[in-house]
Amino acid sequence: MLGRYRFVLFRPFQLLPVMFGISVVTFILVRLIPGDPARVLLGARSTPTALAKIRAQYGLDEPMITQYFYFLKNLVHGEMGRSTLYKIDVLKLIATRIEPTLMLVFFAVLLSLVIAVPLAALSARKQGQWPDHFARIAVTAGLGFPQFWLGVMLIILFAVSLNWLPVSGYGKSFEDKALHLVLPCLTIALSLSSVITRSLRAAMISGLNSDIATAARARGVSENTVFWRHVVPNALVPTINLLAVNIGWLIGGTVVVESVFALPGMGQLLVRGIFSRDYMVVQGVAMVFAVATLLINFLADILTVALDPRVKF
Amino acid sequence: MAQTRPFFPQLKWRALMSSNTTLTLGFCILAFFIAAALLAPLVAPFDPILQDASARLQAPTLLHPFGTDNFGRDVLSRVIWGVRIDLQIALLGVLFPMIIGTILGTVAGFLGGIVDTILMRIIDIVLAFPFLVLMLSIITILGPGLASFYIAMALVGWVSYARLVRAQILVLKTMDFAVAAQSLGYSRLRIMFRHLLPNALTGSIVFAMSDVILVLLNGAAISYLGLGVQPPAAEWGIMVAEGQGFITQAWWITFFPGFAIVCLALGFSLLGDALGDMWEAEV
Repeated sequence: MLGRYRFVLFRPFQLLPVMFGISVVTFILVRLIPGDPARVLLGARSTPTALAKIRAQYGLDEPMITQYFYFLKNLVHGEMGRSTLYKIDVLKLIATRIEPTLMLVFFAVLLSLVIAVPLAALSARKQGQWPDHFARIAVTAGLGFPQFWLGVMLIILFAVSLNWLPVSGYGKSFEDKALHLVLPCLTIALSLSSVITRSLRAAMISGLNSDIATAARARGVSENTVFWRHVVPNALVPTINLLAVNIGWLIGGTVVVESVFALPGMGQLLVRGIFSRDYMVVQGVAMVFAVATLLINFLADILTVALDPRVKF
Repeated sequence: MAQTRPFFPQLKWRALMSSNTTLTLGFCILAFFIAAALLAPLVAPFDPILQDASARLQAPTLLHPFGTDNFGRDVLSRVIWGVRIDLQIALLGVLFPMIIGTILGTVAGFLGGIVDTILMRIIDIVLAFPFLVLMLSIITILGPGLASFYIAMALVGWVSYARLVRAQILVLKTMDFAVAAQSLGYSRLRIMFRHLLPNALTGSIVFAMSDVILVLLNGAAISYLGLGVQPPAAEWGIMVAEGQGFITQAWWITFFPGFAIVCLALGFSLLGDALGDMWEAEV
């Protein structure tokens, strides 16, 4: 009955082993940290009896497998431990930091499409001519731009020299937040658009040579209409998949860019967590990012099926 | 057609974009950087970590073409010495994952069965984590530093190579030469590593040429975050991080090291594109 959408029902079950794997990896990562967690927790107050009490309380004296099941049980109840630095639940802490990261990713993707679609269109329609060469050189160079450097360069240009935008941080009101997000989004969008332009150009060129385009031309449809009505929508479908495949890379980009611009998002939380040895935070953020990656790939599959009637999973 | 458009720049562009020129250009850029790395003590005008309080934050001049930083260190010399570290990050950072991934991919693809299934599931799990996030988590455990970077890189980066090589081995092992080797009674080790792996290696190397750019950018980014190479080493990512505190007075501290990364990445990119095209033409 669901037809092509049947995979929506069974895919989550296929993802279960990966989810399980993610929990095992993060569990092991935290256990591998040198040092006794009970001693870390107690600090200077670590007397032998206090240590034993803490170990029993957190189940640290039990076998690894048992400890893992405790960990899993807490996870199901939405407990990921407490941050030693901020003294609150990791999940609550992450919830307060999710907004800037989401905004950053969303607007960066939007902006990169705004850059990539016209650039790829120009490149594909003027294939072999100088606009195409220009676009290809821009893409080749753009792939090698370090985001942290690009961010600092944009700060120097737009915030320090021209004084148009704030240097770093995040605002309170909506407009203030938007102003603070312009440069971080632009930083990610510039490097992301190189990746997108490359694949869009290839998809557009094959679209221009496809039977659909030839048939439309034969009906007397103008070249512009052929391109924007028939070629571009078809070329955008693989782009959705490309974005989903690159979501991990994109999240890595936000981690770096949030640090460059001091944006209080999840990426900055992760980096600060590493420096302050706030292991529960590192574990929590890594896990949330991993689950988000899986979810986004799942959503991209659904979207692809919805947009392209030929696709089946 | 040529007569209707005798437009000179167009011809030049076309020649420039042809695979051969791309290859030459990429090769020249890389050769330039390798020479700079080898000859750093000879060509760098100053000691990269020598501080000079009387020459702080000087704008680019003939004496200091790239200016000086907040400790009065010559930025040009630091950029030149930085080639040594960053080139090493890129090359070693790509080598370890490539070796591990190629071997594991060969074994999984050839043996199949339970070994293959387990390995593929591990790959799924590693790929579920955003690359940089997993690397940073591993570096958290190992502590900051270059050695931790290489270990984390090896632990995370092998998956792409394993996937790629495995897919190739699955095809290769059904081919006549592999079947012949099997019917001759060669050991599995010999078939895997003497017959199959060399044939899958080219694809792995071509992929490494594009991967090396990501490794370079990641390595520099991790150092920028303060978790890779540690100061006072002359490394480009650290230099950008150190210069960021002085962007209102001295743009040159951050500009030049980052520009060096862009140039090195461009060299790798051109070379990789050309090699990729040649490989595709062959296949």
